[in-house]
Amino acid sequence: MGEAAHRYEETLPLEYRTQESRLNILGFWIFLGAEVALFATLFATYLVLFQRTGSGPTAGELFEVKDVLIETLLLLTSSFTCGLAIFEMRRGRMSGLIAWLLVTLLLGAGFITFEIREFIHYVHEGATMQTSAFLSSFFVLVGTHGAHVSVGIGWMILIIIQLLQRGLTAKTARKVFIVSLYWHFLDVVWIFIFTLVYLLGMVI
Amino acid sequence: MGANGHHESFPWKHIIGFLLSLVLTFAALWVALSSGLPLKAVIVIIVLFAIIQASLQLFMFMHVNESDSGKVQTFNMVYSFFIAVVVVAGSIWVMQFVL
Repeated sequence: MGEAAHRYEETLPLEYRTQESRLNILGFWIFLGAEVALFATLFATYLVLFQRTGSGPTAGELFEVKDVLIETLLLLTSSFTCGLAIFEMRRGRMSGLIAWLLVTLLLGAGFITFEIREFIHYVHEGATMQTSAFLSSFFVLVGTHGAHVSVGIGWMILIIIQLLQRGLTAKTARKVFIVSLYWHFLDVVWIFIFTLVYLLGMVI
Repeated sequence: MGANGHHESFPWKHIIGFLLSLVLTFAALWVALSSGLPLKAVIVIIVLFAIIQASLQLFMFMHVNESDSGKVQTFNMVYSFFIAVVVVAGSIWVMQFVL
């Protein structure tokens, strides 16, 4: 590599310093584009079917504002703290990075706990996946998002273990950055679930 | 190049993004449940708020337009949202004749 190119790389944040890392990050953005398409198909299915409630409850009868708001605020705040983790990483502060990642994990686990409680509550009210087309598409859409959050929690735990073992290097910084992109993306999807599933369900 | 060695000492971008997201979340909730607007207006407003909030996440938290491939990344995400709109709006439009 030329001297000038090398000097330029030194000015970049740690996660962008090797060409491999830059391509990994670009590749992950393309993966997120594919994830948008995946969730689009689930949203399409849900929005076509959500008024087909059969003999089961309607969205308006089922959803409760308070529970939805708690889940929304937990995930939104976790996305914010994940951003703060990257901010600390770019300042080279390992302790701040780990601390904010742990806060993010706790908030994510809180979100999943509330979501599982919500699902159990619905099933106890007789609203299962088999009850109606509305509930099938609801559980598949919201459940797929919940599965993504669960995977994200496991992934982030592994990344934290690597950080503790190997320290902050160009490689671990890139891994932290990519898991942060994934985590923010989960909140992007949730914004649309909040709006198109819960708010719309409570209005119509 | 947005991502360079020079770094702010306080995460203003994140805090502004977070506060705006909170405002948009509660505003959408109010428009949907308490504003008393007609249904069509409610849907247009809350979807608009969701798109703004998603953009905040992408630009304030994920820095989609930073780095040398920032333009490619931004175009990739804009294109994927275009696909999403086609799939969702197209399905609703077609299926209203069937169901």
